Amino acid sequence: MSSASTAPASTAAAPASALADVTASDASLRRYLHGLPGVDAVGLEARAATLATRSIKTTAKAYALDLAISMIDLTTLEGADTPGKVRSLCAKGANPDPSDRTTPQVAAICVYSDMAATAKQALAAGGGERIKVASVATAFPSGRAALSVKLADTREAVAAGADEIDMVIDRGAFLAGDYGKVFEEIQAVKDACRRPGGGEPAHLKVIFENGELSTYDNIRRASWLAMLAGADFIKTSTGKVAVNATLPGTLLMLEAVRDFRAATGTQIGVKPAGGIRTAKDAVRYLVVVNETAGPDWLHPDWFRFGASSLLNDLLMQRQKLHTGRYSGPDYVTVD
Amino acid sequence: MSDEPKRKTAKAAKPAKSGTSATSGKTATSQSPKSPATARTSGRTPVGAARGRVDVLKTYKLFIGGKFPRSESGRVYEVTDSEGNWLANAPLSSRKDARDAVAAARKAFGGWSGATAYNRGQILYRVAEMLEGRREQFTAEVAAGEGLSKAAASAQVDAAIDRWVWYAGWSDKIAQVAGGANPVAGPFFNLSTPEPTGVVAVLAPQDSSFLGLASVLAPVVVTGNTALVVPSERAPLPALSLSEVLATSDVPGGVVNVLSGRTREVGSALAAHQDVNALDLAGTSGDPELAKELETAAAENLKRVLRPDEDGTDWSADPGTSRLLAFLETKTVWHPIGV
Repeated sequence: MSSASTAPASTAAAPASALADVTASDASLRRYLHGLPGVDAVGLEARAATLATRSIKTTAKAYALDLAISMIDLTTLEGADTPGKVRSLCAKGANPDPSDRTTPQVAAICVYSDMAATAKQALAAGGGERIKVASVATAFPSGRAALSVKLADTREAVAAGADEIDMVIDRGAFLAGDYGKVFEEIQAVKDACRRPGGGEPAHLKVIFENGELSTYDNIRRASWLAMLAGADFIKTSTGKVAVNATLPGTLLMLEAVRDFRAATGTQIGVKPAGGIRTAKDAVRYLVVVNETAGPDWLHPDWFRFGASSLLNDLLMQRQKLHTGRYSGPDYVTVD
Repeated sequence: MSDEPKRKTAKAAKPAKSGTSATSGKTATSQSPKSPATARTSGRTPVGAARGRVDVLKTYKLFIGGKFPRSESGRVYEVTDSEGNWLANAPLSSRKDARDAVAAARKAFGGWSGATAYNRGQILYRVAEMLEGRREQFTAEVAAGEGLSKAAASAQVDAAIDRWVWYAGWSDKIAQVAGGANPVAGPFFNLSTPEPTGVVAVLAPQDSSFLGLASVLAPVVVTGNTALVVPSERAPLPALSLSEVLATSDVPGGVVNVLSGRTREVGSALAAHQDVNALDLAGTSGDPELAKELETAAAENLKRVLRPDEDGTDWSADPGTSRLLAFLETKTVWHPIGV
């Protein structure tokens, strides 16, 4: 687990020693981020498009479907979320296909921070003890609030039992070039992820909202910034804007985590979120993971899908693979 | 027929898998300057087919979700007239085409079943108007495919259009025949109304490529079901042309989907598909083994199955309402009388 290697040594997450001087000052951080090589957008998109044409069949498909299910952060982030809805989502995560007990459980249930306790309880009661509770925090999805509010939000979620915190970065500060502010904010939230009474700190996922960062260069900079600041996972989007996870954007982030591990020895996870609805899409992402970061990342500890309707399609494909008959929406839950 | 040798040439020169009109057209013209007239798919007299004019052959396509795709598999098969002369290449659907068509039909079901019965009737009547305008084409296709004289084929097309209009008229009347107020011993209104079953897979009759098709398709869609049609395996051209009519007559995309190909192959995929609600086995008449196999597969999710008549069906006879009623479910509502 990443916590072993990225555990904070002091209040601020210690950036890996190889890059210690990078984070010494605002100026050095800016120099470093702007010194990253520019992204070849055409090449990146072509590479993603090529990988998306890979054909995954039979046993490899069965493996990919099960792996994808086990990587899902089953998500409900609506203003209309009720405790009942969160409980039924937890039941589904713990037992995705009641007609087939060999179906793996999902990786986590992702909810707003005030629902974290409900989710924790429902999972414990419903045979989902191994499923993590991920809570969004820090004024999700816009991230427009005072730092004290964001930290309080995070602490409440951790206290409610969240195993993972999905924070959003301050895109305004990032786009204005105030990297130091974003860096410190991530460090502060990382610090707030520690449990007051001891115990393993909550994992921190840092959401960039790629759709608002506009350029691939910005995504690369944000990836390195978050990793230097101590993120355990980097995540594409909130799912609340027009452009969410894209294959090229995810490929770029996977290159960043691969290079970061090569430079520092620390492995960081990646989570695309939003807009991934079909099993076919999910399998494409897995191909990109394998071909970019490598098989080390083909594990729920290192790669996640933020999704809700994706699970149903994966289950229908899984049923098709096992029975030979095409399944239909009547045979999965309505959500 | 003096045309015959040239048709054969066109057939032999045709590439095995492409089936594009451009390719076959070029091949045909290279044989002889007269061939444009002879390679016509329908065999009708071409208007203004001047010597040396390049053929415009038709590439028949599937009809899925209101669009005209080629088969996902890229396959086609040769459609011949009753004497074995090549007429055209038709797409040979695969199970994945069937899968896509089911998804399209399911998507269309809400809107189509939710439209008013009057509206559905109007739209189907509009289809009949369009059929009337393309009577020549259908007559030629039926004549070639079933080996009928022009007069006999014309009579078939007339009967098919009349049948279509007759079924269109049933749209807002069937509820009065199949539903109504039930007398109950209590302070309730008790009302039964027929509702469409859902997505219906229709294996159209093999022997009657157009009248039979209209007789099985119209009753399915007029009540609000959406349909997946597997046309006659040997003579699919009228069905493929019907899809062009449907696409231009206000029928929403996905309400009717046409999957030409092997009845056994496509039928098996549809019979086993869990998101199909009913199965009309008219096209398995004369093949009880296939009928049994498909009915067994359909039992998995309790599809409604309409068996074919054992001794064949006379498609020209008055059909009655049985085909309408076969794909309806009865909903009964108890409503308290406010006293």
